[in-house]
Amino acid sequence: MTNVTKSRPLSPHLQIYKFVPTMAMSILHRITGAALYVGTILVAAWLIAAASGAEHFDRVNWLFGSIIGQLVLIGYTWALIHHLIGGLRHIMWDVGMGYEKHFANRLAIANLVASVVLTLLVWAAVFLFV
Amino acid sequence: MDMRTPLGKVRGLGSAKSGTEHFWRVRTTSLALVPLILFYVVFLICYAGRPYEEVIAALANPFVSVITVLTILAGIIHMKLGMEEIIQDYFHSEGLKLSLLVLNSFFSYIVGGLCLLAALKIAFAG
Repeated sequence: MTNVTKSRPLSPHLQIYKFVPTMAMSILHRITGAALYVGTILVAAWLIAAASGAEHFDRVNWLFGSIIGQLVLIGYTWALIHHLIGGLRHIMWDVGMGYEKHFANRLAIANLVASVVLTLLVWAAVFLFV
Repeated sequence: MDMRTPLGKVRGLGSAKSGTEHFWRVRTTSLALVPLILFYVVFLICYAGRPYEEVIAALANPFVSVITVLTILAGIIHMKLGMEEIIQDYFHSEGLKLSLLVLNSFFSYIVGGLCLLAALKIAFAG
């Protein structure tokens, strides 16, 4: 039976299809989701350090404040915002709206633009407040 | 012609035996996370780089503590379900798939447990 399963025909793969923004945002939604999954380690590290006392908290803060730490956090912020807006787009589709293809493609591009702009705004606010 | 038994129809569970529960939970947690995450983005903008005592005092506020706990719960459930979907899509060998699903559960609940304990310690002990 395993041979039968293996020789079954496969559906056409990615390279067959023309590139459209919605497909790029679809895979980006999954990639940002997976990145946020790994990123919860950072959230846990921050919370545990905060619960463990000033010394631990300052050490994690120093790590997050380093150049590499800041770059990772900026990436995390972008992934979070992109995934959040993408999630709203999926909710819209789930309730049966927004399926017209030109609208869906424009919205996919808007998702990307908005996530980058909002990430820059968030970090501009962080640097202004500090 | 519908071949399903009346009982099968009422239960509404297909061959996967879990119906739309997975789908539904991903959506409800995602909706809950929108305001929760927005709150935390603003919170972190306000408290980034602040001294330890100030951050702890803010986190220990009962309102903030409840938000923290809810964010952790919704976030952990959402990420566990999302990773399940990724694993089921890309790993076809039964053994590897099951192992990764178990690891996914362990990772999610360990990270979630640690975050919850930390949040509750800050809430009750400061």
